[in-house]
Amino acid sequence: MTATVAIALRVNGELVEANVLPRLNLADFLREHLKLTGTHVGCEHGVCGACTIRINGDIIRSCLMLAVQAHNAAIETIEGVSDSGEIADLQSAFRERNALQCGFCTPGMLMAAQDLLKQSPCPDREQIREHLSGNYCRCTGYQAIVDAIESTARTRTGRWP
Amino acid sequence: MTSERANPQTLSALDRPNSYIGKTVPRPNLDRLMQGRGLYVSDIELPRMAHVVFLRSPHAHARIVGIETSAAKQMTGVIAVVSGRELSTVITPWVGVLSHLKGLKSAPQSAIAVDRVCWQGEAVAAVVAASRAQAEDAAEHVLVEYEELHAVTDMRTALDPATPVIHASLGDNLAFERIHDAGAVDQAFAESDEVVEAEFVFGRHTGVTLEPRAVVADWNAAEARLTIYQGTQAPHMVQNIAALHLGLKESQVRVVCKDVGGSFGIKVHIYADEMATYALSKLLRRPVKFVADRVESFNTDIHARDHRCKGKIGVKRDGTIMAFEIDDLTGIGPYSMYPRTSAIEANQVVNLVGGPYVTGNYRARARVVFQNKNVMCQYRAVGHPIACSVTEGLVDLAAMKIAMDPVEIRRRNLIADDAYPCASPSGLRFEQLSHHATLAKLVQMMDYDALRAEQAALRARNIHRGIGIASFIEVTNPSAAFYGVGGAKISSQDGVAVRVDAQGSVICQTSITEQGQGSESLTAQIVGSVLGVSMDRVRVILGDTDNTPYGGGTWASRGAGIGGEAALQAAKVLRKNILDVAAAVLQSTPSELDIVNNAVVNVVDGAPRIDLSELARIVYFRPDTLPPGIQPELMATRHFVPREYPFAFTNGVQASWLELDPDTGFVKLLKHWVVEDCGTIINPQLVDEQIRGGVVQGLGAALFEKCVYDERGQLTNANMADYLVPMSGEMPDIDVGHVVTPTLESELGAKGAGEAGTAGAAAAVTNAVNDALRPFETIITEIPLTPQVILTALGRI
Repeated sequence: MTATVAIALRVNGELVEANVLPRLNLADFLREHLKLTGTHVGCEHGVCGACTIRINGDIIRSCLMLAVQAHNAAIETIEGVSDSGEIADLQSAFRERNALQCGFCTPGMLMAAQDLLKQSPCPDREQIREHLSGNYCRCTGYQAIVDAIESTARTRTGRWP
Repeated sequence: MTSERANPQTLSALDRPNSYIGKTVPRPNLDRLMQGRGLYVSDIELPRMAHVVFLRSPHAHARIVGIETSAAKQMTGVIAVVSGRELSTVITPWVGVLSHLKGLKSAPQSAIAVDRVCWQGEAVAAVVAASRAQAEDAAEHVLVEYEELHAVTDMRTALDPATPVIHASLGDNLAFERIHDAGAVDQAFAESDEVVEAEFVFGRHTGVTLEPRAVVADWNAAEARLTIYQGTQAPHMVQNIAALHLGLKESQVRVVCKDVGGSFGIKVHIYADEMATYALSKLLRRPVKFVADRVESFNTDIHARDHRCKGKIGVKRDGTIMAFEIDDLTGIGPYSMYPRTSAIEANQVVNLVGGPYVTGNYRARARVVFQNKNVMCQYRAVGHPIACSVTEGLVDLAAMKIAMDPVEIRRRNLIADDAYPCASPSGLRFEQLSHHATLAKLVQMMDYDALRAEQAALRARNIHRGIGIASFIEVTNPSAAFYGVGGAKISSQDGVAVRVDAQGSVICQTSITEQGQGSESLTAQIVGSVLGVSMDRVRVILGDTDNTPYGGGTWASRGAGIGGEAALQAAKVLRKNILDVAAAVLQSTPSELDIVNNAVVNVVDGAPRIDLSELARIVYFRPDTLPPGIQPELMATRHFVPREYPFAFTNGVQASWLELDPDTGFVKLLKHWVVEDCGTIINPQLVDEQIRGGVVQGLGAALFEKCVYDERGQLTNANMADYLVPMSGEMPDIDVGHVVTPTLESELGAKGAGEAGTAGAAAAVTNAVNDALRPFETIITEIPLTPQVILTALGRI
């Protein structure tokens, strides 16, 4: 069997060192090795967006990246951005608008939404829908999610009380 | 438009100060899911837990000649490699039939195939290893020799004498047939001015829950007890079936259902691989985890729809609909699913066609055939989208034929709002529906006349927009008539236990389950309202057969109507019990006291008398201070099932506004409207979001979703890149309106809302596409409406 490879990376601010098989994908590493089960696996081939995380500031599909590729990287998962309070307002808007039902897409959806709001503080509904177009939600029909992101953008930019 | 009923009891229980009924309040426990701190089955790990991977048949139909497992068994981490025959020593096979579906037949199905595989994707062996990766590695070294058999794939020829019979013991490939004939159909057609016929074709599609099916089964040999962690909609049903086939008592099986990553009917059935996982745990005496990957989900999660339905409508020139006739054919795969069977959808189609309309002349035939494809069964809005698309498609075709506006023909034929109670041509009993009120509200919400004017103006500029209308009825709050009468151990009643804890908070155990609809919220809203306790002090426990009353769970839009009523009745008893104790403590009488904002108050002036927390302290810690003879009971349990009507029908109407590009065949959805009537609304936001989510599921069926099989029974698009689902970019905003007609079967008055969106969305879109196609003089009665289908109809490819 192929030998393991030593990796070191920062996950939610904590330094992590591990020996992993080269074939291990990043989503499985986060879930199975670090027990960060907030990152979900939906399709395992980069279509559904449930495993969206942030690596060195950019969002990626963690099922499409190998753990060894994350060597020396800084990763943030839903647990990290929740505990830091970075997306507390977005989460609050999701709660008020019932922008989640089963919640399985929600961590990835929140990561994607926060990414949009960092890049583009006042997106219109069309832009929001476009940015989320790689995140599958079977429950909500998306409208409540778009509403929640739109209201967060307005609040953050002071266009809404 | 809102109809109210005079029921003073209801007013006292629900219309209290600070009532949560009818209010939008956030669901409890959303933070857990939003912070990635939920507990889905795929997250669960137990000590000594092993992982199972199923080796699945690459053939649609084949004899298993031999299975060679010795190489796989030698591999690192492998615990066992188990064939169907070996597993049959711990679990018995099953047959998916119900006695009330007369004539329904199926063959015995095993947890893992024995001797023969009947669809591409059926499991032939289980590989259990310390990790999933190790199990997958080993599975590649299991050698199975197959002798391919003829695959029956086309439902249209499944009954031909030349077609091989899949299960010889059954005699033919016909699983079920139902014939219905009401009124004087031939005479009605003869007296019609116009008779229109069409064949409606529905693609086979599936649920695509974002979390695949998953189960952790933990047989503790020392306790002789099996704990099943599973994202199921019906925990007690799973308990019953697992016990039955593993030779256990139900008391030896506990089913725990934590967070569930989407269900939609996909997770209300018993799947062979789940049964195999329970059995493997028992065989290997350790916890075993199965999580389907996405390819497995497409090949084994139940598929749905896949109907070809010939329809016929007769109409007078004044718009009077004279008769409906249908001949429906559907293929369900090689086995009728267990335990709900695969005949229910076709049966529902027969039940529901023509349902919103006055005419009593209705003839129907439905045939359900076996084929060598994945199993088919009940998925959100079972049968409704078929029945609605056929009915509403025929009504639009009739309107077109006599040059009548689609809204007008519906106005002239929908059952009048004051005609209830009455029955449909198929014999369904309607308590009280509101077709005309909902249609009137829809027309106003969408500004129908203005939209028609806009459409006409744009058409002159070669922009092709369409308006589609679809009225529908929805089966909700099912009684025992659905499954119980046919012999299935699937409870139609639900139970709720409510108690006050030692600090005056409320703990509520309910047998309905949560998959995101808001079962927790509606239960807490009802209990909090009746008790006068704030919602943040009500904790709801569900999804655990050891810790909830016995009940059906959440499916067929039954949670709010049935589980909600049980919660209401339990809370009323607890409220009385609280006031009895309070009266004794306060030297008052129960009728002089009320509970408001977590405290017992005077009815007369609202003055606080004693906090619930203080009352609880006395009851639990200082009962010695209570007057003699007082035994407080700060816990109450009630169960509920509808008895008068087999189903609480709801109704509604949808409209689609879309633009069709005749050059590319692309359809752009611009707007969608729904007006529905689910009776008492407990939480308007949750109802609206159920409707929206349901609509989008229906829009997926209308435009994108189809399991594409080749002629050899191979599913060719079993992944999310090739099987298209609705994504945010293509979906429109959806406006939702309500008419409220509570059911009198319960004090709560709530009916279901889970299927309404899915029931009518595809029909509205198809009618809108045909409306847009009018200048091109072509009609499409097939979904999904892919660019290929549209361009073919336009003669452009």
